[in-house]
Amino acid sequence: MKLFIAGRSPRSDSAVENLRQILAGSSEDDFELTVIDVLENPQLAEDDFILATPTLIKVAPTPIRRIIGDLSDRTSLLRGLDIRENALPGEHTTT
Amino acid sequence: MTAPSHRPVLKLRTGITGFDAISNGGIPQGRTTLLARIQHAIDKVGASRVSIDSLGAIFGKFDNHHVVRGELLRISVTLKKTGVTSLMTVERNQEYGDIARHGIEEFVADNVIILRNVLEAESRRRTMEILKFRGTDHRKGEHPFSIVADGGIVGVPLSTVKLNHRSSHIRVSSGSNKLDTMCGGGFFRDSIVLISGATGTGKTLMATSFIGGAAENERSLFFAFEESRDQLFRNADGWGVDFKQMEEEGRLKVVCTYPETIGLEEHLIEMKKVITRFKPTRIAVDSLSALERGATPKSFREFVIGLTSFIKQQEIVGVFTSVTPTLMGGTSITEAHISTVTDTIILLRYVELFGEISRGIAVLKMRGSRHEKEIREFNIDHTGMHVGKPFRNITGILTGNPQYHQIPESERLQEMFEDV
Repeated sequence: MKLFIAGRSPRSDSAVENLRQILAGSSEDDFELTVIDVLENPQLAEDDFILATPTLIKVAPTPIRRIIGDLSDRTSLLRGLDIRENALPGEHTTT
Repeated sequence: MTAPSHRPVLKLRTGITGFDAISNGGIPQGRTTLLARIQHAIDKVGASRVSIDSLGAIFGKFDNHHVVRGELLRISVTLKKTGVTSLMTVERNQEYGDIARHGIEEFVADNVIILRNVLEAESRRRTMEILKFRGTDHRKGEHPFSIVADGGIVGVPLSTVKLNHRSSHIRVSSGSNKLDTMCGGGFFRDSIVLISGATGTGKTLMATSFIGGAAENERSLFFAFEESRDQLFRNADGWGVDFKQMEEEGRLKVVCTYPETIGLEEHLIEMKKVITRFKPTRIAVDSLSALERGATPKSFREFVIGLTSFIKQQEIVGVFTSVTPTLMGGTSITEAHISTVTDTIILLRYVELFGEISRGIAVLKMRGSRHEKEIREFNIDHTGMHVGKPFRNITGILTGNPQYHQIPESERLQEMFEDV
């Protein structure tokens, strides 16, 4: 997965934080996350056609998915990542 | 992963007096993805011009107007600072309404050009308007333009045409000796002649014999909007003018188009192109009324002014025909629009006398020359047009209500001897 952010801002911080919470409990081998700062690497943003940040791209497994926003909506984030709620270890959330 | 460091909020001066003061130095500097990408792209190729096509595609996904406004302002200010000339396109929801979707685009830009594609009288008409152009003068209002295959956007700057064409005293033949005499020696070489008459009065014939009257070293151009090429050639042949031979010798070019195929603006561009390429000394347009069909008065007027001024600047004689709606007398709307830009007006009218239809011809006006004031008889036969005697004892031909007056025997006898 690739997470594109534009510098450090409350929005990008919360995106990183939200993503970490969801993936908490999974082992490091389950996923690979790269955080890319588009202000420092604009070419990478160009390669992936990023117009707005934060954007999370799930590169593998296919299909490739893009999720735009600060990833605070847990349900749609999970749906976007093709992860079933009960497949995750830890707490059960109410919607 | 690399941990991005916190930076102090940098401000970007907008240059807007007052705003920079109250906002503590300007808007927050562009630390956004879009801006980073634009700047990166500029640096990559060393660009001096930037086109963004279109803002609507970029901001279409954003619901939040405040975000869009802030981003737009940031982009435009940054681009200005970078020293590039930038052009951004935005979509409009209505042809006449808000200038751009977010209601702010026109304020952040230095220059605003509006392109319209308006539906008028069931045909499309493209216009451009310069709404603002900071620091320089510009023409106001809508100006028609067209998009052509090998020229892209072609403006039709009609209202900018200046009245500065030269004027000559050289006369050329109208194709009929009698008509030349009526006009005081022929048409002026750079004049516009309007032939007005009801259907069947002989307008196409006059245009044809005008072409036929061209000298050996002249080149003629015939724009036909009413008849097909074959029809035109056959008819010309019937009047003793050999179009085919003239064309083979390279002295004639006939362009037949159906008026409705393209808009008036395109017609004008096409006609100008042909004129420039062929370099004729005579042009006949048959008829203007056909072109007027389905056009708004405004675009028709612009077309006529654009064409006449172009023809005059090239020192070409132009003969235009126009159809009057009524058989007897009357004027047409066409004439009302174009009579002021024409130098010579020739009227062809039906005259009903004792249950017979005959034709009358009169020179209504001729700028810069003496001309005959009489209404003469006008006949058509297999050798073309023939201008005959004046109608002596009839009044009311122009109004379409001719009245016959008995004339004394002595006068009639005198007239008979005059004509012999």
